Amino acid sequence: MMSANVTTPTPATTSDPVAPVRKPATKGSLVPPRLLPVLATFVLFVLMFGTGAARYENFGTAQTVANLLIDNSFLIVLAVGMTFVILTGGIDLSVGSVVALSTMVAAWGLQAGLPAPLIVLLVLATGTVFGLLQGLIIQRFDIQPFIVTLAGMFLARGLAFLISAESISIKDETFRGMSGGAVTLPGDIVITYGVVIALTVLAIAAYVLHRTRFGRTVYAVGGNEHSAMLMGLNTARVKVGVYTISGFCASLAGLLFSFYMLSGNALHAVGMELDAIAAVVIGGTLLAGGAGYVVGSLLGVLVLGTIQTLINFDGTLSSWWTKIFIGALLLAFIVLQRAALRRRQ
Amino acid sequence: MTEAATAQKPSSTGAPVVEMRGISIEFPGVKALQDVDFRLLPGEVHALMGENGAGKSTLIKALTGVYTIDSGQIRVGGAPVSFARPAEAQAAGVSTVYQEVNLCANLTVAENILLGREPRKAGAIDGRAMRARAREVLTSIGLHIDPASTLSTHPIAVQQLVAIARAVAVDASVLILDEPTSSLDADEVAELFRIMRTLRDKGTAILFVSHFLDQVYEISDRMTVLRNGKLVGEYLTAELSRLDLISAMIGRELGEMDALARMTASHEADSSRVPTLRARGLGRVGSIEPMDLDVHAGEVVGLAGLLGSGRTELVRLLFGADRPERGTIEVDGKPVSIRNPRNAIAAGIAFASEDRKGEGLIADLSIRDNLVLAMQASRGWARPVPRRLKDELIEKYIELLDIRPANPDALIRNLSGGNQQKVILARWLVTQPKLLILDEPTRGIDIGAKAQIMKLVATLAAEGMAVIFISAELEEVLRISDRVVVLRDRQKIAELEGRSASVNDVMSLIASHSDGSTLERNAS
Repeated sequence: MMSANVTTPTPATTSDPVAPVRKPATKGSLVPPRLLPVLATFVLFVLMFGTGAARYENFGTAQTVANLLIDNSFLIVLAVGMTFVILTGGIDLSVGSVVALSTMVAAWGLQAGLPAPLIVLLVLATGTVFGLLQGLIIQRFDIQPFIVTLAGMFLARGLAFLISAESISIKDETFRGMSGGAVTLPGDIVITYGVVIALTVLAIAAYVLHRTRFGRTVYAVGGNEHSAMLMGLNTARVKVGVYTISGFCASLAGLLFSFYMLSGNALHAVGMELDAIAAVVIGGTLLAGGAGYVVGSLLGVLVLGTIQTLINFDGTLSSWWTKIFIGALLLAFIVLQRAALRRRQ
Repeated sequence: MTEAATAQKPSSTGAPVVEMRGISIEFPGVKALQDVDFRLLPGEVHALMGENGAGKSTLIKALTGVYTIDSGQIRVGGAPVSFARPAEAQAAGVSTVYQEVNLCANLTVAENILLGREPRKAGAIDGRAMRARAREVLTSIGLHIDPASTLSTHPIAVQQLVAIARAVAVDASVLILDEPTSSLDADEVAELFRIMRTLRDKGTAILFVSHFLDQVYEISDRMTVLRNGKLVGEYLTAELSRLDLISAMIGRELGEMDALARMTASHEADSSRVPTLRARGLGRVGSIEPMDLDVHAGEVVGLAGLLGSGRTELVRLLFGADRPERGTIEVDGKPVSIRNPRNAIAAGIAFASEDRKGEGLIADLSIRDNLVLAMQASRGWARPVPRRLKDELIEKYIELLDIRPANPDALIRNLSGGNQQKVILARWLVTQPKLLILDEPTRGIDIGAKAQIMKLVATLAAEGMAVIFISAELEEVLRISDRVVVLRDRQKIAELEGRSASVNDVMSLIASHSDGSTLERNAS
């Protein structure tokens, strides 16, 4: 075989003149290509926020950003869990229903007079076990995650209705405290405990994804599951693990949502799993798996929230325009992803 | 690749590090391995030889825990083992580089080398230490790339070397290299062999699989030959001649290839009649310059030229896989408009592309189902194929092509690469095309299957089919073709009589006016 490869001489790197030296095909740019999608989302967020600030009074303040976080803290947590799942190339449709179930379990337990800390543990355990079971079914029986979590979605929603078809309001002091309580940051910016929790979850998730073997295996499974298995990585544990994490995040989001709404309702969070998926995708994570960042998902949530806020500020547009914008944005991002993938191949 | 061939003395001493006894594996419809013994000694390079479908890959996957064995015993380092997962085999010191690069292209080079055993500091992955360690390993195998770069930005050959770096990084006692050289160039192969010798001298047992006999004779100390899932024997490389090796692999004498040469030359194409295919001024900007081509019924026309000379581009136009921008095509004297493959199939043109994997065999269906799909597609959905005709045709093609196993219900994914190729051919043949285009039908398949395919082409032509035959191996093109069209730089530069032309004639044609580009050599 004669080489068809043209080995361009690169002076700096080699000491051995015989050894083939190859530079990566990508040209030197300021930003590594894998960060581009996140950067694009960030730019989009800045542009949208800038538009709002230019058009409306009182929009361009730090408190507006803080409010975005406050109003979407549960969605951030949900999107973080979803990011784990999507990074492996999977999907979790059950999370919206698990949020509803969590609010119901919390409201019902509090109504029954159980102590708040116990309720918190109970809710988190429920969601985690729910996710674990879904993960086990997906992994052991090698079933499409779409189908398993679709079943989980119906199941969790049904269980929520089983507790009560009526809305149950939450009167517990601790929960009300979490709801009303706030942290004042320098510059008189107020955020809720929910935001603190959401950002903590985000930080932990980023650490797990980038600095632990579990996290790197998540990316490896999303890149090529078969290869990851042949490389001797514990793909089974990771696959089960991501759905467990997603279940945990969904129940935590459910708690944040019950702080936010102060009620349990089986009709809460209908379709919220789709908002979470949209946020993850807009945040630059590939639906095929293997590439993406939780920070991107945070930006995705902020973009969604900004659209909502802009429409609220405008006042003349119907709130359905939110959906239309999100739809258009999602489409644009998926087409962009596809184009980027094509170019990479 | 010629130095010191076969001269190495096996430095192997002591007990085998891997011992497999009486291994049998059966897939639905296929006995992949039957009662195979295999042993691997420390400090040797051991070549596992056999045709496609002989069971080499299966044996390796049995050892590495990808497949579970139905019977037999595996010992590693003297202790009986049964690996349920590749991770367990790796933990026991068995490291594998598979034929297809089994890495994660979305991660960095360093991660791909060290994934699963990253250096950690206080529980967290230490990125800097990881890159440093990766650089060390890469340097040790003579590969100078940035460990922090994403794997997908590197060409396949580099990715293959990264896979080897991963295997080397663990200091495994057993290193399995399954066709590691298929995407490497000569320098890279030499580099790989240097690494293999270093490891062998340190006592690593290396299992090596390659289709390239030169390489096997250069690097291996010992060979085990498999055929049809059974053990033929174990030999010292120095004591086994190539001829003996080949007859052990294919189990019959090589004379068949020569008989074939005589047979092809015996049929006569009737070129006075209207050609089956008549292309005039066919071309596409950036793909191929306008050219004329006639192919008559019963004639084999070979396309000769270097890689990139326009061989594949020309037939892609004929099949409508690329849309011709100019020129006309007539089939049996009638003008046809070919804008996509469906038009071409309707006109009676079949095209077995060089990209076998993307060819559209449906891996989870049986041989029968794949052939029925093709039959049905050629008839349209509204006219069912009678059951008797189906069975007859399927039986005929399985026999004609010697598809193994000869069981129509065997699943495609359980067949070897060579047999999958035969099914692809069968799939086209059941549509009974007037013109069959074969793009590199013999690439990467063993000698026995090659001879069968050549024989089949000759038979089809003798029965009146028009055939266009492409192969990188000029001798093959000349042996089978009645006429050879020589291409260079996307132009037709000559047409030769296949029977009288020699390899030298064609080469000098291609080389004349040539701008100094090197000849493509196919090493198989």
